[in-house]
Amino acid sequence: MSQITDLSFSELKKALGDRTLSSVDITNAFLDRIETLNPTLNAFITITHDEAMQAAKEADAAISNGTATAYTGLPIAHKDLFCTDGTLTTCGSKILSNFVAPYDAHVVSQCKNAGLVSLGKLNMDEFAMGSSNENSYYGPVKNPWDTTRVPGGSSGGSAAAVAAQLTPLATATDTGGSIRQPAAFTGTSGLKPTYGRVSRFGMIAYASSLDQGGLIAHTAEDVAHGLGLIAGHDSRDSTSANQPVPDYTETLNDSLKGKVIGIPKQFFDDRLDSRMHQAMNDVLEVFKSLGATTIEVSLDHVAEAIPAYYVIAPAEASANLSRFDGVRFGYRADSPADLMDLYERSRGEGFGSEVKRRILIGTYALSEGYYDAYYKKAQQIRRLIRDDFNRALSSCDLLFGPTTPSTAFVLGEKTADPVAMYLEDIYTVATNMAGLPGGSFQAPLIDGLPTGYQLTGRAFGESMILNAAHQVQLATDWHTLRPEGV
Amino acid sequence: MSLTSDDVKRVAKLARLGLTEAETTETLAQLNSILELVDQMQQIDTHGVAPLAHPLELKQTLRADAVTETDQREKFQAIAPQADAGLYLVPRVVE
Amino acid sequence: MYEAVIGLEVHVQLSTDSKIFSGSSTNFGAEPNTQASLIDLGMPGVLPVPNAKVFEMAVKFGLAIDAEIGRESIFDRKNYFYPDLPKGYQISQFEKPIVGPGRVTISLEDGTSKTINVTRAHLEEDAGKSVHDAFDGMTGVDLNRAGTPLLEIVSEPELRSAKEAVAYLKVIHSIIRYLDISDGNMAEGSMRCDCNVSIRPKGSDTLGTRTEIKNVNSFRFVEKAINTEINRQIEILEDGGRVIQETRLYDPDKDETRSMRSKEEANDYRYFPDPDLLPVVLDDSFISACRDALPELPEARKARYISEYGITDYDAGVLVADRDVADYFAEVANTSGEGKLAANWVMGSVLAELNQTSGSITDFAVTAKQLSDLIGRIKDNTLNSKTAKTVFEALLASEGEVDAIIESKGLVQVTDTGAIEAIVDEVIAENPDQVANYRAAPEEKQGKMLGFFVGQVMKKSQGKANPQAVNQILSSKLSG
Repeated sequence: MSQITDLSFSELKKALGDRTLSSVDITNAFLDRIETLNPTLNAFITITHDEAMQAAKEADAAISNGTATAYTGLPIAHKDLFCTDGTLTTCGSKILSNFVAPYDAHVVSQCKNAGLVSLGKLNMDEFAMGSSNENSYYGPVKNPWDTTRVPGGSSGGSAAAVAAQLTPLATATDTGGSIRQPAAFTGTSGLKPTYGRVSRFGMIAYASSLDQGGLIAHTAEDVAHGLGLIAGHDSRDSTSANQPVPDYTETLNDSLKGKVIGIPKQFFDDRLDSRMHQAMNDVLEVFKSLGATTIEVSLDHVAEAIPAYYVIAPAEASANLSRFDGVRFGYRADSPADLMDLYERSRGEGFGSEVKRRILIGTYALSEGYYDAYYKKAQQIRRLIRDDFNRALSSCDLLFGPTTPSTAFVLGEKTADPVAMYLEDIYTVATNMAGLPGGSFQAPLIDGLPTGYQLTGRAFGESMILNAAHQVQLATDWHTLRPEGV
Repeated sequence: MSLTSDDVKRVAKLARLGLTEAETTETLAQLNSILELVDQMQQIDTHGVAPLAHPLELKQTLRADAVTETDQREKFQAIAPQADAGLYLVPRVVE
Repeated sequence: MYEAVIGLEVHVQLSTDSKIFSGSSTNFGAEPNTQASLIDLGMPGVLPVPNAKVFEMAVKFGLAIDAEIGRESIFDRKNYFYPDLPKGYQISQFEKPIVGPGRVTISLEDGTSKTINVTRAHLEEDAGKSVHDAFDGMTGVDLNRAGTPLLEIVSEPELRSAKEAVAYLKVIHSIIRYLDISDGNMAEGSMRCDCNVSIRPKGSDTLGTRTEIKNVNSFRFVEKAINTEINRQIEILEDGGRVIQETRLYDPDKDETRSMRSKEEANDYRYFPDPDLLPVVLDDSFISACRDALPELPEARKARYISEYGITDYDAGVLVADRDVADYFAEVANTSGEGKLAANWVMGSVLAELNQTSGSITDFAVTAKQLSDLIGRIKDNTLNSKTAKTVFEALLASEGEVDAIIESKGLVQVTDTGAIEAIVDEVIAENPDQVANYRAAPEEKQGKMLGFFVGQVMKKSQGKANPQAVNQILSSKLSG
């Protein structure tokens, strides 16, 4: 028999249901593996060993006395920007290096209420700003497929932890690609839901109008289970959508016959790496074999998504990060001479360089005399992009493309050049601008490294994305490949 | 548009970000390359296009006027850098 | 000669139970930071959810000043760092406020009135409070007030004197009290005023450089602060200097304004729409429900009082300025059926007493019912003006009800002519010289001389004799 940690979330759910495994068995197995591999991978910032074992025992008790939910006792780990009551919540930053959150994020309490056992908090780029997980105060996360390479970011800890089987399911967030890009780099399945589908309450904000919580797991089916737990209206988040939550697992097996896959021509121009192009064609062949058809569509303004994103996101971030001032919580500089010194040094010492860059860009873009040229212009482009997507999705069911331009790059390769790093998100950012759901799922390996394909759906069309990805996973084994040597 | 090191200092002051001279210099070049990227926006004609703040253009829902919070001062101030007599403390502010 | 150009920004705390973006209590005077929730503290990850009540209150205010209502209003972030501002930005409304252009009418001292245009009124959250003196070298921050809803009412710079500014402020105060959207208590900071003041040569139509006097907290200080600032600016210009645009603070102890440099530097608020909040869209039914719920406003009530109670325009203006006073007066007038007497008593005795003690009509010792009883006893000649005053004093001292006081103090007016005749006879007998002088005097002088005898009779009756009867009997007996 395979090891417990080889099992996917759905398989573990079945094993718990059959009582072939207990939550203590499962929790122990993952905690052991974390203990062995985390020193190499650095995927976890905090491992909540004792709390997890306690929760597992309670879960087993609940299972035996019949008070369990369908998910009681299953493991999960949270990206370290979801506030967890009583547990360190760092956001990958020095400025929150002492921040024991005084409350649970909506996503965290939803998981707790369902009986999930949290194994700990996952590493990330500081304040979710980054595409390589090299911007963490807690050090970079290594890609389990090749520890000289990055796992992607900002949810690099979530993706690496799932890929290395340190947890079968991880929460993550995506502002410009932070779920999908690391999922692609680590051979995992990741979903960024529609903006408003998952409450942002308790999710430390980077860019409020773009941030969305989601999940990373081994399969689309696992993600479907997880999404059902965390999606739904929350009156504490004004931007949370009051839309019914379907059973995402129920439609996984729907046929793809007659479904139309839109191929944005801008994603397949001659700039796309030929081997990546081939990998994408391999996936498309599978879709066709399952009865789907393809059409070419155009997203005219997709090239401007990155420039506009690097105005909107930093602008929102510049204000969102003002509350980290050394007054009520978090890091405070030693012996401040006066109030200005308290602010400037707490923030100057507490934030890393990428965060500072984005605060500066955002502050500049909003400052007097520049608002129209930057912020307003970016918001106008945002409308054009959103309209492009809606137009394209009126003629097809899903949009298809590569998640990333290449496979995982080598640690340090792009750290000196912020713009090169930003262009990593060239295929993912537009989806956030349009607020639409997007998933990245396993495509064929290139040179032994994972790649991902991306599906973008209509607003609240997560079921369709998961259904399509699940059908591909039934027909292929790309999602079953695991990194060797870790 | 291109930034000068004075611009960087002014913006850093607005954002209350302490930067060393070396950081200012390094940041200046990086910010200018980011602005160059951002300026690609100007190629697009957005005349008459309404800015879009939220992708789904939903309307705000309002909550009823009811007191739902209880005093949790002790818990909240346990994580404060400096608090005394129920107050958060900062270096003396002169008005 | 210079002319002042004044605009006011009035911050009114709305009297909701909970805060504008959180479910924390807005009660005044709680222990520091016990009414500061996760949201009020700006903890990482928290989000604002607006209180419906503030929109109702703001719309009512807008309707009361005949303003355009913002059917789609948007919350913006106003960015600046200060320890009492937990998020590093204040949620306010910038481009799309809830209340657009409106107007109010103020009465001037010369009896004319003037319309003052209100530019806008917008919703925002209040900041916390800093405590400067309790700790050595440190400032303490109390965030109980952070997130209290404010309506900021901005006037056009159409006020031309400190007196006009106060008149405007009093009208705003009157409206918010009538609407019951704020307690308007300036001493507790529920209503605060920033005064923008500039001067220019009379006849000029360009604006001078203005200064902003922050947070003035009483009607009297608004008048003094503006006058002080006008004089300061005149002195500067007379000396050939230049007024600097800045924020100033009024010091009532020294009666001077001084520069607030701490708030001055880097005024670049970087307003942008708060991405945590969506546009608030108000439909016709919401607005018409607010309109239907509007109470009678001061102007309307004034007109009604003039016609209903037959009182003068001036009296009605004084009586309606404060809604509680107006209600008190109406109750006295209705119960007693004597509008003019009620007006005289409320304006004379009641308001004088309140002014002297800085008391409030709502906990005034003399109830409207008691004052109405008192007026009833004047009307039925039980009391004369002198004894009525004695009863009022006793009511103020909470000595009991009107009739019991009359009884215990023996104040029933003597109207029995026989009893009065007996006293008159006594007085005539005791003052033979004066009687002789009176009788010898020409008729036109007798009127004046009668006063002496009236005084003697009133004295002997301990003030209880009916003055008309005394006059009549005296003049007939003296001439006889």
